[in-house]
Amino acid sequence: MKTYRKLVVAHAKLFLREPIALFFTIAFPALLLTLLGIVFGHGNVPYPGEDFGYIDQQVPALAGIIVGTIALHSIPVITANNRERGILRRLKASPMPAWQWIAAEISVNFVVAVLSLVLLIIIATYAFGMRFAGSWGAVLIGFTLSAFSFMALGYLVASLAPTPRVATAAGQILYMPMFMLSGAAIPLMLMPDGVQSVARWLPMTHVVIVLQSLWLGGEWAMRSIWVLVAMLAVGGVLSARLFRWE
Amino acid sequence: MPPVITVQHLTKRYGSFVAVDDISFAVQQGEIFGIVGPNGAGKTSAVETIMGLRWPFEGTVRVLEMDPHQQRKELAERIGIQLQEAELPHRLKVWELMELFSGFYRKSIPYPPLLETWGIWEKRNSRFEELSGGQKQRVFIALSLLNDPEVVFLDELTTGLDPQARKQTWAMVEQIRAQGKTVVLVTHFMEEAQTLCDRVAIIDGGKIIALDTPQGLLNSIDGQSGLMIENSPEMDMALLQALPTVERVELSNGVVSIYGNADNLVSSVVLALEQHRIPMRNLRTVQPSLDDVFITLTGKALRD
Repeated sequence: MKTYRKLVVAHAKLFLREPIALFFTIAFPALLLTLLGIVFGHGNVPYPGEDFGYIDQQVPALAGIIVGTIALHSIPVITANNRERGILRRLKASPMPAWQWIAAEISVNFVVAVLSLVLLIIIATYAFGMRFAGSWGAVLIGFTLSAFSFMALGYLVASLAPTPRVATAAGQILYMPMFMLSGAAIPLMLMPDGVQSVARWLPMTHVVIVLQSLWLGGEWAMRSIWVLVAMLAVGGVLSARLFRWE
Repeated sequence: MPPVITVQHLTKRYGSFVAVDDISFAVQQGEIFGIVGPNGAGKTSAVETIMGLRWPFEGTVRVLEMDPHQQRKELAERIGIQLQEAELPHRLKVWELMELFSGFYRKSIPYPPLLETWGIWEKRNSRFEELSGGQKQRVFIALSLLNDPEVVFLDELTTGLDPQARKQTWAMVEQIRAQGKTVVLVTHFMEEAQTLCDRVAIIDGGKIIALDTPQGLLNSIDGQSGLMIENSPEMDMALLQALPTVERVELSNGVVSIYGNADNLVSSVVLALEQHRIPMRNLRTVQPSLDDVFITLTGKALRD
């Protein structure tokens, strides 16, 4: 426990000293919500025939951006850099079980994701009058699954990318279509059917579906849950097998 | 007392490439043991296998009577490691790195005295990225000693350091040994090995081509012991050549080089020059170095 605690402290400090990661994981989703809320919020009036408005569906959707940014920006780039510089090699030479380094990194990233989501909820509640029809416990479970599932994907990218440049590019290539098409930034129901059917193949879409269902009515979108569970299992197993320390 | 390190017929392959080719040696307690050779000779592969960082391998390796692969974690508790070309998280401060690594060992010694000993206490609040090359090496040495190890492995400790920092680092290595620790020093600087090591294994092409004390290695070759004097109009090459202690006299670029291996070479040459009133400007002696040993053994020069 002593080792793990010290690793968590180190990772937390490293995160706080990385201004770009800090901006994109905490500030960017909040800025995006504020901007979208001002432009498209319309006082959060309910959609015709629904009992939720733009803000109510947008907050859980932006959770997809949070987990996507951490998994596809922070994790692959930082891991590939640590590997290329020989930092991982030096850590592995100590008696510390190397997985603890990763476990501490995941822990810190998860806490960051939760804090980022809490910030969205605060802004949405006080600035835009967000309604919430689900249960916070269920949302936490759904969000935890989403975060771990995406982090597994992030470590898989980190395992496969030979250099930091490739890791950065691969992360971007995966992230950008999801940002545009998954419903995380632009509501899925506003998109043409063709785009919607493509979006079903993007993991972030399922984060959005799971969290919106929990948020707006407390329902578990089981098909999307299984997609995320499968990504967690496959990503986790593959990155555990393929991860390289040097 | 059994050797601290025993290596028998160690071979390390990467695919079909044989990086380390059937090497055997033993390191005694309290020694500074050098592994020297040109870049790519297999030094790092050998030493990283011995430390337990690379497997599989063929042959038998015992460090502190442990198998470095089977008992890697246990061994890592008792050895100090400074890796070639490693880095640490750039944005952690020196004291934070010490604190972090202290948590990796079952027992560790307090880090403030370590930082003071290695002259980086003043830098404890600096981030790793803000340190100079020499300061980074001090951090790595301090980290390698954090668990009060019995054996310390130092791989290319002084590469990239300026000559002054290199000399300071050499004094630190002596200091580590003075604490009763065994040191395995990997280097491609022959001068470093010659200055520091009690015994030196010269590796080339994955094989040990010589293993002895530095003096023993120097004695093993037909050395180029001698002296050099600036040429002058009074110089008498024939006189020097006629001396029984002198084997060979050469003149190039205005410098007379006088070679021979007799113990009284210098005194006999100086005496003869003195008697004939031949000036001895810029007289200096030339000792064979481990570089010469390497050239003699392999027929090729060491690249820096």
